[in-house]
Amino acid sequence: MYVLDSLVYRLRRGCETQPYPDGPPPALPERHGGALRLDAAKCAAGCTACLPVCPTEALTRPGPAPAQLDLGRCIFCTACVEVCPTRAITPTGDHRMAARRRADLVLGGTNGAETARLAAALDERLRRLFGRSLRLRQVSAGGCNACEADTNVLGTIGWDLGRFGVQFVASPRHADGLLITGPVSEGMELALRKTWEAVPEPRLVIAVGACAIAGGPFVGHPQVRNGAAAVVPVDLFIPGCPPHPLTILDGLLRLLGRLK
Amino acid sequence: MNARSEFLPLSNGGAVVWPEVPVRPIESLVEHTAAALGTGARLCAWFGVPEGGGVSVVAVLAYDAEGRLGVARSAPVRGGYPALTPRQTQAHLFERELGEQHGLEPRGHPWLKPVRRARNGAPLHGEFFRVAGAEVHEVAVGPVHAGIIEPGHFRFQCAGEEVLHLEIALGYQHRGIEEALPGGPHRATAAQMETVAGDTTVGHATAYAMVMEGLAGVEAPLRAQWLRALALELERLANHTGDLGALANDVAFLPTSAACGRIRGDFLNLTALICGNRFGRRLVRPGGCAFDLEPDRAQRLLTGVARAMDDLEHAAAWFWDSATVRARFESVGAVSDREARELGLVGPAARACGLVRDVRYDHPAGWHRLAQVPVAVWPGGDVLARARVRWLEIQRAVEFLREQVPAGPEGPLLEPPPPPAGERLAVALVEGWRGEICHVAVTDAAGRFRRYKIVDPSFHNWTGLALALRGTAISDFPVCNKSFNLSYCGADL
Repeated sequence: MYVLDSLVYRLRRGCETQPYPDGPPPALPERHGGALRLDAAKCAAGCTACLPVCPTEALTRPGPAPAQLDLGRCIFCTACVEVCPTRAITPTGDHRMAARRRADLVLGGTNGAETARLAAALDERLRRLFGRSLRLRQVSAGGCNACEADTNVLGTIGWDLGRFGVQFVASPRHADGLLITGPVSEGMELALRKTWEAVPEPRLVIAVGACAIAGGPFVGHPQVRNGAAAVVPVDLFIPGCPPHPLTILDGLLRLLGRLK
Repeated sequence: MNARSEFLPLSNGGAVVWPEVPVRPIESLVEHTAAALGTGARLCAWFGVPEGGGVSVVAVLAYDAEGRLGVARSAPVRGGYPALTPRQTQAHLFERELGEQHGLEPRGHPWLKPVRRARNGAPLHGEFFRVAGAEVHEVAVGPVHAGIIEPGHFRFQCAGEEVLHLEIALGYQHRGIEEALPGGPHRATAAQMETVAGDTTVGHATAYAMVMEGLAGVEAPLRAQWLRALALELERLANHTGDLGALANDVAFLPTSAACGRIRGDFLNLTALICGNRFGRRLVRPGGCAFDLEPDRAQRLLTGVARAMDDLEHAAAWFWDSATVRARFESVGAVSDREARELGLVGPAARACGLVRDVRYDHPAGWHRLAQVPVAVWPGGDVLARARVRWLEIQRAVEFLREQVPAGPEGPLLEPPPPPAGERLAVALVEGWRGEICHVAVTDAAGRFRRYKIVDPSFHNWTGLALALRGTAISDFPVCNKSFNLSYCGADL
C-alpha cells in the first residue's frame, strides 16, 4: 500500500533539506573546480598561450597588460588552466561567483583583481520589499535547459528554496523580477521584453549562466543578443555553464542579504 | 531496379568518400527514398549541401533490421522539386527545414512554413491551421510558459474541452548552431555540441566525437568507448527519473514527485563524480574522454547508483500501485503504432507504441557492440506506455551499469584524432535518452566542415505530441507534454 509505505519511508528519512546556509554548504563535486582565480602578476611578458584555447574568448590580452579573464563569458572548461605555463589561472574550489556589476566578474588585465567581487545585498528599501518574499518569473531565452534544470532543482526537497521566501511564479504580473537563462535568441527578444514590461516595478533581473551574461558558447552569433543585458537591465550575474545549484542559491541569498 | 542499390551503405560512425555518394536527379532521389521508406527504412536526415550554384539534397536512411545506414544525394537543385512529404510523412519537417535553409521549394508539401527563422524579435510562424465552426475556439499558449521550462508556442483548436488539432510552433530557441559550423570545427564547436540540448550533453557530444573520429578514420580508445556508454546511461537515468517525477507532479501525486526530484539530482551528481559537471560537460572529446573512472571512483559510482535505485524503486512502486495514477495515464494521449511509424518517431515515444527501435540495438557502435541493453517496449502509445518504457529503461540502465562498470578495459583514454580527411561524409547515431541523435558532417577538400547537420530526436517527435493531443481533453496537455518531454533548443538548434 503506497499510502503506508510512503509515510513510513518519509518518517524514516526525516528532513532531507540541507542545513545550508545555517550549516556548512554541500561540497562541490571534487572535479568541479569552482570559481577561477587569475594571478595576473604571474603572466609572463608577451605570453598568449591561454588565448587561443578559450572557446568563448573570455581571455584577452590587450597590449602590455597581463591577461584578462572575464568570468561572465567563461564556461569553466579549464582549458586555460591546463595550458598556462606559469599557473597564473587556478581553480579555487569556491562556489561563490555572483556579482552585481558586470565589471566585477573581470579578473586581471589593467584592473588587477584576482577573483570576482561578490555581489552586495540590495539597498535597504528593496531588501525590505524582497528580503523575505521574492517571486520570480523564469524566462529561458535560448537556454539549453541545463541552467533551467539546475534552477529548477532549487525547488526540490534537498534545497527547498521556498524556506527563504523565494518562489517561481507562472505570471510576470505576480512576479518581483525575472530570472533569465540563455543568450537571448532573436526569437525570444520580443517575448523577453514583454515579460519584463509585465513585471510591476520595482523589479529585479537575474542573469543565470554564461549565455545570459555574455552569450556563452554562442557569443557572436548573429542569431543571439549576447546576453540579457542587451534587452533589459540586469541586477545580478551568476556565472557558470551551468552554475552549480549552490552557486545560484548563493547568488540569490547574497542579493537578498541573507548570508552572514 | 532495387531501391537498396541506390544508396551507398555505411555503418554507424562510419564515413564515405563524398564523390562516391551516388548522385541522382532530384526526382529520382525522391522516388528511391520514398520506395525505401515504404519498405521499412527510416529517414535519419534529409538536408541540403550548397553545391555548384544549387543545392545537393542528401538522404541518410537507416535500415534497422540490417543494422546498416544508406546515403545518396541529388544533383544540384535550383528553385524547387517534387516533395517527398506527400508520399512519406516522416519527411515533412525536413522539407520545411530545407525550404527555409536553402530556399528550395518542395512542391506539393501540404504545410510549407518556416521552422525557426526569426525577424523583429520573434519567429516567423505564418498562418496557423484553423478549424472552422461556431463551436470551435482557439487557445494560444506560449512562448513563455508557466514554470521553469523552455519557450515554444502551442495553438490548440478546441471544441469545448476536446482538442481537435494542435499546431506546435517553435524556433524561439534558435541560436544558429548549424549556420556557424561551415569552415569548422571552430574553437567553440565542442562547447556548442554540448549545449545543442544541455540535458543531452553526453549524447550530442558523443555523436560529435564519433563524427570527428569517423572523418579521421580512427576509433576512440576502447576505455573511452566504455566510459561514454556508462555516461550515456547516467544521463538517461537522471532524465527518465526527472520525467517520472514530472508526470507524478502533473497528476498531483506528490510523494513520487518529491522523491524523484531529489533522486534525479543524485544521478546528476554521479555524472559530476566522473567529470565535475552534473551534465557531463567536458567529459566526451573527439578521440576519447577527458576524465577517467578509476577503480575507487567506479566503486563510489556503483554504490551511488545502488542507493539512488533503492530509493527510486520505492518512489516508483507507490506510483504504479496507485489506481488514481494509472487511471490518469491510461488511454490518455494515445498515438497508434501506424502513426508512430508514419511520423518516424524515435526513442521512448516510439517504443511506447510497440516499435522495436533503438540505436544501441539496431546500429550498435562503440561499447554497445560489446554490451547490449535490451530494448524496452510497451504497447498502447499512451501516457502510461511512455511512463512504463521510461521505468523499464531505468531498470535496464541500472542493470547495465552494474554489469559494465566493473568490466572497464585497460588502456588509454584519449588519443586526439588526426585532422578530418577531405571530401568525406560521416554519420553518427547515438541513442540519447529522448531517442536517436543523428549528426552528419560533410568536409571540403581541406577537411573543414562544408556542412554539418544535427537531428535531435525531438525534431522527429514534436509532431507525435501534436497528434497525441487529438481527441484528448486540453486539460490533459501538461501530462501528455511531460510524457514526451521533448527538447525545444534541440529542435531549434
